[in-house]
Amino acid sequence: MVALRDAVVLVGGFPLLSGVNLELSSRSLNVVTGANGAGKTSLLRLLGGLVTLTSGTGVVSGVDLRGDLRELRRRVGWLGHEGSFYDDLSASENLVFAAKALARPTADVPSALERVGLSARTSTPARQLSAGQRRRLGLAWLLLRRPELWLLDEPYASLDDDGRTFFDQLIGDVVAGGATVVVSAHDPLRSSALAPRTITLAGGLVVSDRS
Amino acid sequence: MMKLLSQRLLGPVTLLLLALTFWFGLWITPPDKVQGNLARLLYVHPAIAWVALYLSFGTATIASALYLWKRSRSAVMDRVAHCAVEVSLVFIILTLITGSIWGRPTWGVWWAWDARLTSTAILGVFAVGYLALRRANDDFELRARRSAVVAILAAINVPIIHFSVQWWKTLHQGASVFTQSGNFKVHGVMLATLFMSLAAFTLLFFWLLRARYRVEVLRDERGQASLDEALAQRRREGVH
Amino acid sequence: MIRVALLVAAKDLRIERRSRVLLWQVLPFGVMALVLSGLALGPTHAGHSSAGPGLFYLVMLLVALLMINRSQVIEGSPGTRASVATLGLDPAGVFLGKALALAVELWLTGLVLLGGSVLVLHTALVGTLSALPSVVVTLAALAGAGTLYGALSGGGQGPATLLPVLALPAFAPLLIAGERSFSAALHGGALWQWWLISLVALVAYLGVGILLYGVLEES
Repeated sequence: MVALRDAVVLVGGFPLLSGVNLELSSRSLNVVTGANGAGKTSLLRLLGGLVTLTSGTGVVSGVDLRGDLRELRRRVGWLGHEGSFYDDLSASENLVFAAKALARPTADVPSALERVGLSARTSTPARQLSAGQRRRLGLAWLLLRRPELWLLDEPYASLDDDGRTFFDQLIGDVVAGGATVVVSAHDPLRSSALAPRTITLAGGLVVSDRS
Repeated sequence: MMKLLSQRLLGPVTLLLLALTFWFGLWITPPDKVQGNLARLLYVHPAIAWVALYLSFGTATIASALYLWKRSRSAVMDRVAHCAVEVSLVFIILTLITGSIWGRPTWGVWWAWDARLTSTAILGVFAVGYLALRRANDDFELRARRSAVVAILAAINVPIIHFSVQWWKTLHQGASVFTQSGNFKVHGVMLATLFMSLAAFTLLFFWLLRARYRVEVLRDERGQASLDEALAQRRREGVH
Repeated sequence: MIRVALLVAAKDLRIERRSRVLLWQVLPFGVMALVLSGLALGPTHAGHSSAGPGLFYLVMLLVALLMINRSQVIEGSPGTRASVATLGLDPAGVFLGKALALAVELWLTGLVLLGGSVLVLHTALVGTLSALPSVVVTLAALAGAGTLYGALSGGGQGPATLLPVLALPAFAPLLIAGERSFSAALHGGALWQWWLISLVALVAYLGVGILLYGVLEES
């Protein structure tokens, strides 16, 4: 699913990633940890085709990172730690837009919202949702998309205990369903049953890799 | 060998042709029947305008288009486009200055809202916008792509300038060299001097472009060295 | 491409309808700018219909700058952009959609300001109405150009001061063509050259946008 060799990402002259070597297999759960500024978000953005590879080689989901990144982006799902929606549209309208963009049936939207516990917030503008609710809306967006590769940037932030438990369950279902999940987190996953592979970054490099 | 020779000769030949142009333009050619000595600006202004509006901007546009085309995309094309726009801006300013010098005794004002003058000034702001965009972006790829698109969009304005005299029929002198049927309006030593000035300023453009390009290469090399250092420092963060 | 264009245009217009920035901020700005331009002309020349077309288009350019910036800013944070990027929308469709939404907003604003120019600048009603087709085309060209320059100036992430220096030189020929065709509609005169400029600009910007918007999105 993922093969990076000496991957360097430079933005504004600063090396966000300074030579990452990494291989991830399909149907796996991987947690990327590290201190602030270690390169966790940058690694996820590289895997999602959201930043370009400056040097080195990389293949993600069969797409060369030197090639058409638009094709790669269609295959991944992204949940960032910033807001991910149109603030002036409601939860439902945001998902309907995504469904139409993907040429998926809009009838799937209500069930996606229900799955993430937002069925009472369908008409609420995204700007009025709490941070945790926005995180859930992002997950609903991914459930609609069902991508091969899930990239979740600090998904636990702003989730309460119930939210974290729900999230762990969802991730387990997603991996069991055949997707590859990469999560960046400061905290370890709560569920020991998930048994993720843990990759630690520092200085834009992989310094530790434990299964 | 030939390339090295031509590079070494470019400067001296340019200076020689410029010197000849000024000599012929100021002393050898006779004053015009109607405009008198004011017509001597003919040996400078059209050549500068040709370089400003067509040669340098054309070079920038072609280099930008080649940068956007994946097969020919390279830092070289981006540098050529950037340097050509800088040189173009200098020549645009010179075009406006020489045009104003000609315009003051002819029209009675330093600046007239003539279509050609106005469009040239607008193209100058295009060039400033291009350079402002480059300064606003640190990332090479982002800067190069956006600049390339801006240069191509600016090129759309060049034909508007070219047709503006015919369409708007304002104060600017019409075609100075050719009649509508394609015959020369200017003759003899005046025509020869005009063509010499075109050659001189064309070579001047390439000379300036090459000099500016070399500065950019040196700057990029220095940037690469500091990038290597930044990479090494970043990697050391991972060790400690 | 057309499907995506209509989807994006509908989204932008829905956001505009929800936020009402056009109604409560842009239109009042446009009307005030029109009044201020009359004040700047002085009592002798304010209300002289020959100044109307130029002032109308000058104010429209300023309004367009606000709306272009707004069109990019509603794409929101880098997070929203990243999420939308993963939808794999055809960039040509995105460009057409955003240009269409911007054009609709400019047409609506233009309609109000044309009314304003009849009222405060005393342009003749019949002449102003007959200028409508050229206004529609010119503002459409403005929308196409503006969508491109909005993306070029950083897509709402770059400094707001970059957009005017990039876009205004490109708008200048449209201002000339628009003003001349409006004047010709009011006072008579040849019209086709100015129509040609607006149409050529519209086709050129749409063509460049369809071809190159993907490049801007990548950057």
